[in-house]
Amino acid sequence: MSVHAQAIEEEGHGTGSLGVPNLKLAMWAFLGSECMFFGSLIGTYFFYHDHSLAGPLPKDVFSIGITSISTFLLLMSSLTMALGVDAMRRANAKRSRNFVWGTALLGLTFVGFQVFEFHHFVTTKGLTLATSLFGSSFYVMTGFHGAHVTVGVIWLSIVGWMIHRGHFGQEKAINVEVSGLYWHFVDIVWIVIFTFVYLLEFAK
Amino acid sequence: MASIADFANAPAPTYHMVRPPKTGLMDWLTTVDHKKIGILYGLSGLFYLLVGGLEALLFRIQLAVPDNDFLSGEQFNGLVTMHATTMVFLAVMPIIAAISNYFVPLMIGARDVAFPRMNAFSFWTFLFGSLLLNSSFLFGGAPNAGWFGYAPLTGSQYSGSGIDFWWTGLAMLAISSMVAGVNFIVTILNMRAPGMTLMRVPVLAWMILVIQFLLAFSFPPITVGLILLGFDRTFGTVFYQVSMGGDPQLWQHLFWLFGHPEVYVLILPSMGIVSEILPVFTRRPLFGHHAVIFSGIAIGFMGFGVWGHHMFTVGMGPIADAAFASTTAIVGIPTGVKIFNWLGTLWGGKITFPTAMLFAVSFIPMFTIGGLSGVMHSSPPIDLQQHNSYFVVAHFHYVLVGGALQGLFAGVYFYLPKITGKLLDETLGKIHFWVFLAGMNLTFFPQHFLGNHGMPRRIYTYPADAGWNLYNMLGTIGVVLMSLATLVMVYNVIVSWKKGKAAGNDPWDASTLEWMTTSPPPPHNFDFTPVVLSERPLWDHKRTPGFEIQMPEASESIHMPSYSWRPLMVASCILMIMVGLLTHLWPLCIVAALGIVAGVYLWVTEPA
Repeated sequence: MSVHAQAIEEEGHGTGSLGVPNLKLAMWAFLGSECMFFGSLIGTYFFYHDHSLAGPLPKDVFSIGITSISTFLLLMSSLTMALGVDAMRRANAKRSRNFVWGTALLGLTFVGFQVFEFHHFVTTKGLTLATSLFGSSFYVMTGFHGAHVTVGVIWLSIVGWMIHRGHFGQEKAINVEVSGLYWHFVDIVWIVIFTFVYLLEFAK
Repeated sequence: MASIADFANAPAPTYHMVRPPKTGLMDWLTTVDHKKIGILYGLSGLFYLLVGGLEALLFRIQLAVPDNDFLSGEQFNGLVTMHATTMVFLAVMPIIAAISNYFVPLMIGARDVAFPRMNAFSFWTFLFGSLLLNSSFLFGGAPNAGWFGYAPLTGSQYSGSGIDFWWTGLAMLAISSMVAGVNFIVTILNMRAPGMTLMRVPVLAWMILVIQFLLAFSFPPITVGLILLGFDRTFGTVFYQVSMGGDPQLWQHLFWLFGHPEVYVLILPSMGIVSEILPVFTRRPLFGHHAVIFSGIAIGFMGFGVWGHHMFTVGMGPIADAAFASTTAIVGIPTGVKIFNWLGTLWGGKITFPTAMLFAVSFIPMFTIGGLSGVMHSSPPIDLQQHNSYFVVAHFHYVLVGGALQGLFAGVYFYLPKITGKLLDETLGKIHFWVFLAGMNLTFFPQHFLGNHGMPRRIYTYPADAGWNLYNMLGTIGVVLMSLATLVMVYNVIVSWKKGKAAGNDPWDASTLEWMTTSPPPPHNFDFTPVVLSERPLWDHKRTPGFEIQMPEASESIHMPSYSWRPLMVASCILMIMVGLLTHLWPLCIVAALGIVAGVYLWVTEPA
């Protein structure tokens, strides 16, 4: 069977002309597209965050302490993700499943923190979507990041479940690896947001 | 001398598929075959080309004479907005998608695209998005803020529900294009036949590769722009609310950061088609083959750095203006490289002029006229004079009609015989060409003068003493000619599909792999995987001893991807989310979101 017949054979699991599996190349291309997506959202935030005519300002609402904890949890989830991928490459399915589910749990905790943060901002700080340009651009930017984390949590839960059921062996480690690529990307976006949106606010 | 007839003796391959194939309508709804999806894209694109043309015809009737009341201002705005939106997103892009889908795997010697089900998903998402957009005509009126949808015109206080259909429909098209972009990037980079190095990839496939990067990377900014608009209209955010400090320039930047690469999405495939057709009908290799490829890549890169030239009049400041002026002027260089390479290909060739070649050759001067007036606009002082005048309308219609559309027409006459197995009628084809060319120039050439005489774009009527009467009347007559010519083509396609002359595998004595298989190709495309030894594998097979494409001794067992309902399922759920957003039916959105999760789960666990 030829190289690319094989690539079709496994729809995305073969190694193609570039020596990279289709699935991995597709994920990289998709993440490139996502860079433009988050670049536009973060750009919008920077364009607007100090143009607000009214309402609480970033400094009035951000709580670096709490957000640092959730950021730390999300960073750690990248470590567990990497360990999960590594375990699958070494054909240790049980260990891989545990790390993947652990990653999903950390991600879920992060989303929980974000829900708490949004709730707190709305109810006690009086910052809503409609309050000001800061409110609009902050919620939409971080909200879309949170939505990406949520998608990742669902994805990883299913990946963990499929490892658990024995659907992914070492030969399908690419499936775990690609979900890991997505997860690391979402994590990196948060590093950018946390540094430039939260921390820099207090550096001035 | 070897001939492609030899391929008929290749050992017959055997198939295996997970599920037996469907037939009839069910087959079309569930197909993952790139050729069938290509046909679906092509028929949709052709349909919307007629719709967009009809819209143009209606507002040209309105503009034929001064002080006309054939249309109200409101109707005029709706028709102009939908004409542009339809032509860009629903006619030209799907026809490009049709050619990409049908021919890219054939050109690179692959059996299908990298992700066949994702490919079907792109099509259904496109189709549902286009229907959603056009359903606005039935529910409360078409969007009327122009295809560029400038804020704050699109805000709730200035426009009706049409804009809701516009942003939700376009958001679906953005998803479709992004997914297709990723799919074809992987296909072209990773699914090439053995021996097909990147420099041996046909120029058309190369140009399609470049536009997939443009699609994948330029759609996200407009997606964000549309999301912000949707949030403003649906959830009360204030992104484009000037009273809350919102800056309308934000939309313009997000829109044109998409919008300018989009222009190259529309034109590069036609440049690729011309680069494929000229060598065939001059019996020469493409002059400066590599330069044509690299200039296409350069145009793609530069496309991301020129969006500000759409905004010289908004006051970005002298530094930004100067930067965008120079990047825009620089785009003229790789474009000029292509033009001279095409001329170099023609020079000294044994030229014949079937309809495909007529369109391809006419592409060069018509596109050059549009290109030159484009270079004029790169200068801010000149642009300030011409901005929002009919001069600009003339400019981009020379690029998009004289360029993109003529290139695609060339593609129709050149490639359709591969799809239908029948040649198109040459007499009707030549009538189509000459009438269309006359109509196009009659409409758009005088618009240069109209613009210089001060007629602004987007006005629904004008006074009789402004001196614009003659050119407007000519424009309307030209549109009637173009409409008639297009109908001739549609008639030609239908009649020849039914009872045209059989095309055979290789009607043009061409040089690329798609012509080595039957017309139409079998579901598995090739009976055996060709090993590519040169830039012109089929030409060299036929003429250069030692470069024959070798047939394998034994047959392959080919795994064909099976039909799937999942793409249609997930695309329907996305449509439901958009409808939920339109109607503020939040439970529908939640159900549809759960449907997407379920659909994707079933998708990934489904044996393909």
